[in-house]
Amino acid sequence: MSRCETYETLAKMLVVTASLIVCPSCSRESQQHMTIRVSGSDTMVDLALAWEENYSQRYPNVKVEVSGGGSGVGIAELIDGRVDIANASRKMKGKEIALAKQNNNVEPVELVVGRDALAVYVHPSNPLEAISIEELAEIYGDGGKIEKWSQIDIGHQACESDEIVRVSRMNSSGTYFYFREAVVGKRRDFKLGSIARSGSKDVVDLVASTPCAIGYSGMAYATPDVKMLKISQKKGQDAVEPTKENAGSGEYPIARPLFLYTNGPSQGFVKDYIDWILSDEGQRIVDHVGYVPVTAVQQ
Amino acid sequence: MLQKIWFWLLAKTEPLIEVFIRLCGWSAILFVFGIFFFIFREGYPFILEHLDATEFFTSSNWRPVSEVRPQYGILALLVGTVSVTTLAMLIAVPFGLGAAIYVSEFCTGKFRETLKIVIELLAAIPSVVWGFIGIMVLNPVIIWATDAPIGINVLNGGIILALMSVPIIVSVGEDALKAVPDTYREAATALGASRWQMIYRVLLPAAKNGLLAAVLLGVGRGIGETMAVLMATGHSVQIPHSVLDPVRTLTATIAAELGETVRGDAHYQVLFVIGIVLMTIAMIVNVTADIVVRGIRGKENV
Repeated sequence: MSRCETYETLAKMLVVTASLIVCPSCSRESQQHMTIRVSGSDTMVDLALAWEENYSQRYPNVKVEVSGGGSGVGIAELIDGRVDIANASRKMKGKEIALAKQNNNVEPVELVVGRDALAVYVHPSNPLEAISIEELAEIYGDGGKIEKWSQIDIGHQACESDEIVRVSRMNSSGTYFYFREAVVGKRRDFKLGSIARSGSKDVVDLVASTPCAIGYSGMAYATPDVKMLKISQKKGQDAVEPTKENAGSGEYPIARPLFLYTNGPSQGFVKDYIDWILSDEGQRIVDHVGYVPVTAVQQ
Repeated sequence: MLQKIWFWLLAKTEPLIEVFIRLCGWSAILFVFGIFFFIFREGYPFILEHLDATEFFTSSNWRPVSEVRPQYGILALLVGTVSVTTLAMLIAVPFGLGAAIYVSEFCTGKFRETLKIVIELLAAIPSVVWGFIGIMVLNPVIIWATDAPIGINVLNGGIILALMSVPIIVSVGEDALKAVPDTYREAATALGASRWQMIYRVLLPAAKNGLLAAVLLGVGRGIGETMAVLMATGHSVQIPHSVLDPVRTLTATIAAELGETVRGDAHYQVLFVIGIVLMTIAMIVNVTADIVVRGIRGKENV
């Protein structure tokens, strides 16, 4: 009997040791399965990382894996079922929703987690202070007439060629699609020949080092090396500064919601995470990163 | 006794090793055809259903995500790839071959070893770092030097690509020069040739196959490079009118757009068709090189 027990214990120990050697993380993983995979919007990457950091400090047993790449990448990965949450700075398109339904048998669920003022940036040496959506559409839109700084009545000394260098985003970006819809026009393409950058921060960096440039990115990416323009709907109207207050009140014309998407209603620890994002603590982080919390948005 | 076992083992395992080595050789062919097959499989539905060959090759309208009408014209991307690669080779070939001659013929001792190590280090710099150098260092320098409105353009991409290809050209070129027997050098010197005459008249003709291979490897690097050109050329769809215009290359387009496309979508498929175009270009370059080398050899035999 005792001998039998000894053997049993020995065998158990062997199994445990073997499993430890083969995969040290397996035993822990199999107990909890607490990894949340998040991907998508570059505008929201800093925000998602800040959430992740705070959340994992509070709940060390939950691991949140955040990656960027653009809203389009996050949505494509959600459709393929490779992530639990997709961050997006644009709405999912009808085609994408249909594909997601077909692939995962559930409709993707949309959730607004904050609000951003899409800021238009220029070089600090640029004398321009305000610009209208009309003018932006002529600068960025296909067939648009404005190619030179002098065409919008400014003498831009630091830019000798007078040429407007349009900095844009790649087409995996939600910001790209939002800007196209809200500024360029619903049924209009971007002018070809814009410089396409892969990240929000890349746009701001390039504008900071290029006197002739103009670019757009989320307002959280502002630095002292670039100037944010005030925006008006039409030329001559009052231009509004891209601030949290103006984005929240809806006065700033190109403010947009920031979304999370899940395949069907979230469940279990993913739901806990999303609930925490919408809680006061999660929303304080939205404010801290530089966007407008949902609670501060006036409907 | 041990020795006997050893020989016995060798005799028994030799056929096995032979089979293994043969498989290694065949696997190269297998992989190439495997890749060809995969890319064609993903791309051919587009060729059958959507491809408008005239638009594809002659239009510079690349608007794959347009709401109005998606357009897939790769002319601007093709011109982008060709212009950046050509400029890079115009810079890299003289520099690379010059450096190869210097390292192989003029440099001696410790300095030579150091130089070789440094050049190999240059080859080890990741392409993303080159891209950063293009944006952070070259961009302001080009704006300052040329008054161009933007410094990430064909010139920037060409310089970065040239810097990336030079180490390859130098290493392979130097090997080719070293492979020329010393008796050639001695004979030339004995005939009273100066060092320059010896290099120009004897060494270069003797090593030309190897040097051509060096240049072609550089070209291959130029066409295939993705990350650095994505960052340094501006990624802007247009046909450049000067080296100071930003462009976009074929490889960068695939890299930037594949991530967001949904599998089986027309946009996804067209990116694979671009892959087919790239492979065709690479094949043409290689076959041409082969023919040129054969041509040179043919003349020599006469």
